[in-house]
Amino acid sequence: MATTAQPDRITVPHEQPTYAEVTRDIAATLGNPGRGYFVLLGCVVAVLGVGVFALLWETRWGLGVAGYTPPVLWGVYITTFVFWVGIAHSGTLISAILYLFRSAWRTAVYRTAEAMTVFAVMTAGLFPLIHVGRLWYAYWLIPYPNQRQLWVNFKSPLLWDVFAVSTYFTVSTLFLIVGLVPDIAAIRDKAKGWRKRLYEITSLGWRGTDYQWRHYTRAYLYLAALATPLVLSVHSVVSWDFAMSIVPGWHATIFAPYFVAGAIYSGVAMVITLTVPLRKVFRMERYVTVRHFENLAKLMLLTGMIVGYAYVVEYFIAWYSGNAFERASFYNRAFGDYWWATWTMLICNGLLPWLLWFPRIRRSIPSLFVLSLFVNLGMWFERFVIIVVSLSYEYEPYAMGHYTPSWAELCILAGSFAWFFMWFLLFAKNFPTVSITEVKEIIPMPRRKGAHA
Amino acid sequence: MSAVPAGMLAAFAHVDAAADAIRALKETGHRDFTVYTPVPNHEIAEAVGHSVSPVRRWTLLGGLTGVALGFLMSMWMSLDYPLIVGGKPIPSWIPYVVIAFELTILCGAGATIIGLIFHAWRDRRPAAYDPRFTDDHIGIFVPCGPHQRSAVEQLLQTAGATEVRVEA
Repeated sequence: MATTAQPDRITVPHEQPTYAEVTRDIAATLGNPGRGYFVLLGCVVAVLGVGVFALLWETRWGLGVAGYTPPVLWGVYITTFVFWVGIAHSGTLISAILYLFRSAWRTAVYRTAEAMTVFAVMTAGLFPLIHVGRLWYAYWLIPYPNQRQLWVNFKSPLLWDVFAVSTYFTVSTLFLIVGLVPDIAAIRDKAKGWRKRLYEITSLGWRGTDYQWRHYTRAYLYLAALATPLVLSVHSVVSWDFAMSIVPGWHATIFAPYFVAGAIYSGVAMVITLTVPLRKVFRMERYVTVRHFENLAKLMLLTGMIVGYAYVVEYFIAWYSGNAFERASFYNRAFGDYWWATWTMLICNGLLPWLLWFPRIRRSIPSLFVLSLFVNLGMWFERFVIIVVSLSYEYEPYAMGHYTPSWAELCILAGSFAWFFMWFLLFAKNFPTVSITEVKEIIPMPRRKGAHA
Repeated sequence: MSAVPAGMLAAFAHVDAAADAIRALKETGHRDFTVYTPVPNHEIAEAVGHSVSPVRRWTLLGGLTGVALGFLMSMWMSLDYPLIVGGKPIPSWIPYVVIAFELTILCGAGATIIGLIFHAWRDRRPAAYDPRFTDDHIGIFVPCGPHQRSAVEQLLQTAGATEVRVEA
């Protein structure tokens, strides 16, 4: 193994790094990230400012500033909510499900994915509150003893969502923090100045002793085991927000698996979108290699196929059901007012991932990056099509309507991306985005009697 | 943490050497030593020979509490404030499975974390430390009096420690 290699050979990228190199290289990402970083952070905060302004404007003047036109009363906010919840999912897939499958390649990308999960849920969680309009009543969503002697409606999928999303946020945050503790301890032992103080506190007294690992490894295993069904349940519950109602285009049993596959699909695309620049900026080429991107691409191909299949099945069932409203709804999707949104979704999500069958494209990082942007775009439009287009074309022709997002909604949408990227940028600068401990775990510890592992 | 007791602190670069040292320490009757590793390691864990962590009981109890809480809460609240929706029974357990499931996960995960913190805190033992132990070295701290020092040092050196120092 590389641990016995001569010093000059260790710089060869394909050589397996030693433990000391792993700590050094990953700790080096936490230094001064340079001017570009601060320029980017500044832009992100500026866009966030625009979003916050639009939100305050809406809070002052009410939901009238959103473009809601009956019957479309779920618009960009709910679309964006579903989009961000979906983004979150692949993080938990990579960190928990692939952990249970003992998949070694996950170690290089899982921290990024897991941080993405937490920040995406933080973003998603804002949207139901924004959508409800009167932010100061947001706590009414939670069952709590009150003077009005009211309780929430436990038969409503919207309430299930409150439980699902808040559980998801709590558990994925705990999972991220538990994974971070040994890493923070490793950088604590390298850091100086105020950062050392920060890491001393946040490492919670971690020293990697035998009894700490004894409890830690068990706890991590059980957290992964709990997060696995959770990730599958959350987007299923989100899909029931739609499937439990009788709107044509919503009322389908395929919705839960269709949404979960779509969520993982969009999430993997977002992991690629985030990892490509991160790897360049922090010079992580040695740890996040083309092989990792190829595996992510395969995951994207698989889930993209499932999503494409779901599109076909949706159209087939709409026709095969013989239900006039279903048929009309799906005809309207493809050829109605919003044909452009539907075709964006079909092309970006259903067609473009077929390019990933070619190994040349799977192994080319620039083409993967571009493809991941298209998938992100397509997945946002998928939710737009499902939500807005279905609502705009229900049963009664006189009750049909056309919805156009207002400036406030678009500013808040842009602000949500800024909010997400702001947290991610702050995280990437202050905490390791590649797990020190887990990267070391897949490198065999040096042994006395020569190299064998 | 309270004051670190006197003893010997050894650093190992090789995992098999550290495992040998742990076995040798146990054979000579040492029980209260502390092993540091940068990553969890099966060889070391086997040599130390801890039983399975009791954290799993916390997970189970947390999960059971969550499922009970989810059903009891949704059932009781529906009865306390009856909402007739879709002609369904007022307390309908089928949709409440979602609530119970989410609370199972939430309480199970919360209890696991509390269990982890509780057990790691209860088992804590004051011991000398070196920053290399989160980097690339395995550390063993053996608390011992001045008269045992040379014997312990001998043992650790024989096993293959790259460095042994006295912590007093």
